[in-house]
Amino acid sequence: MLKYILNRLFHSAIVMFVISFIVFFIMFKAGDPVQLLLPPDATQQDVIEMRHALGIDQSFIKQYEAFLRNVAKGNLGNSFVYGQPALDVVFERLPATLELSVLAMIFSIIFGVPLGIIASIRPKAWYSKAIMFLSLSGISVPVFWTGMVLVLVFSVLLGWLPSSGRGEVYLFTSAFTWDGIKHLIMPVLTLSFFQLALILRLTRTGMMEVMMQDYIKLATAKGVPRRVVVYYHALKNSLIPLITVIGIQFGQLVAFTIVTETIFAWPGTGKLIIDSIQNLDRPIVVAYLLIISFIFVAINFIVDVLYTFVDPRVRV
Amino acid sequence: MKFFKNEMVVEFFEDKLAVGGLVIFLILSVFALFPSLFSYQNPYDLTQLFLENSFQPPNHNFWLGTDEQGRDVFSAMIYGLRISLYVGLASTILSVIIGYTLGLISGYYGGWIDTIIMRIADIQLSFPAILIALIIMALWGEGIGKIVIAITIVNWVYYARTARGVVLSEKEKDYAQSAKALGMSNFGIIFGEILPNTTAPIIVIATVRIANAIILEATLSFLGLGVPITQPSLGSLIANGYQVLFSGYWWASVYPGILLMVLIISINLIGDRMRDVMNPRLKR
Repeated sequence: MLKYILNRLFHSAIVMFVISFIVFFIMFKAGDPVQLLLPPDATQQDVIEMRHALGIDQSFIKQYEAFLRNVAKGNLGNSFVYGQPALDVVFERLPATLELSVLAMIFSIIFGVPLGIIASIRPKAWYSKAIMFLSLSGISVPVFWTGMVLVLVFSVLLGWLPSSGRGEVYLFTSAFTWDGIKHLIMPVLTLSFFQLALILRLTRTGMMEVMMQDYIKLATAKGVPRRVVVYYHALKNSLIPLITVIGIQFGQLVAFTIVTETIFAWPGTGKLIIDSIQNLDRPIVVAYLLIISFIFVAINFIVDVLYTFVDPRVRV
Repeated sequence: MKFFKNEMVVEFFEDKLAVGGLVIFLILSVFALFPSLFSYQNPYDLTQLFLENSFQPPNHNFWLGTDEQGRDVFSAMIYGLRISLYVGLASTILSVIIGYTLGLISGYYGGWIDTIIMRIADIQLSFPAILIALIIMALWGEGIGKIVIAITIVNWVYYARTARGVVLSEKEKDYAQSAKALGMSNFGIIFGEILPNTTAPIIVIATVRIANAIILEATLSFLGLGVPITQPSLGSLIANGYQVLFSGYWWASVYPGILLMVLIISINLIGDRMRDVMNPRLKR
């Protein structure tokens, strides 16, 4: 087990190293941020001084070497725009993004799994067909369109919910204040709509495949009550592949906060990364992508470890 | 007509929803192929636009209203549909060709070629697709050709992995082995023998991925990182309309959004049915 963990850590470190190099290179090639940072009437002398101050007047190899030295000290460089350490800037906004992603994931699981089970038990019933058609629209609707329709209905037409901002924040989250909750409802719904539909469909397919297995037929033939067969024998086994999907999809959720945060002016990392890419703020972009890929790697790792607990057939 | 007697084709047509999806998709394709036949004006010919027509709600002249430049929303939607479909289809075809070829080669030869291709795929998959496309587009700037390439870069991985998996099992089968024993070249075996036997899973993924590519394009365009403003897709029409949504001009964004939704649902209905028909695991 320890060997497996170390091996995984080593691989992940390599992946993150490669990502840092590629992103660093792309951002290096993308252009000169100084043009965007200085006022239009800046002199040539200002430009040269600023390029020197930011350390971008040197060759690519030198710059990357400096970056790696900083990394060894736990520092990803200072943001060109904000002047603060890039990690601090990203971490400051991370709670807002994680809050959206975690709540959206919880919401999708709470509704997706039961609806998937219902649709799998009697696939021909009208309510199963209705659920499946709704889930089809769920995976067919772009995130931004869901958000827009919600804004149109609940902000523009009804005026019930605020369309932008995070509201009152208490202990890193808006979930503890009434004002915060009102701000959270639409972004969380927007973000979870696709995931909910996906989890629903995967639960249903998993259940239907498991229900055709011999041991289910045996349990039914033995006279085990239907409810026990469905919720005990079948569900337990169909939930296992779902863990992987939820793990992978969490990363997607974090990425899609970019869209949600843009629509709802949510002060998280999604808005930060869009602005930073446009400003060519390399340290922020690199820091953001490394943190995202770290979250991805960590979740995949947790999923693999969880697997060994829920499925005794898997041995790492 | 051998095609209509094919077991899978017959089974496909047994599902009313899937047939409905197919019909809608075909109708929308006709609209996209001949936009000028169905639209009231060429929405990008500035001589046909009149500012006094701006922001008209839906009426008998402009069925779905007009935008801020007095452009007929319905006409703009049909031209936008054309671009959305083009980006979806072109990027899917390109990524199938590239991904499939790399996957076949990777699975057939194994060794270091396999390692390199699959490592690249792994690194790419350890990252959300939209982020990769976003970074590419942000640095390249907008453009239809650029977005097709960006989506291809993101999507080839899925076909490569599937093709590789299928080849690994196919190349051990008798027909591939005997072709090899007969002295057929590796190229001939891969593309002449194995390729025709591995198309089913790729077709299924490709159908679902067209929908995905269209959504990705629309999302990037919505964020202002997609197609140029002079050639708007459905996504950019929605983005434009969104800016005036709070002023009450809902039609400029809602109708393109509905069309985008109908388009994607119709493709997903077809894809879903194809998966069921081609997946032997769900047959009773």
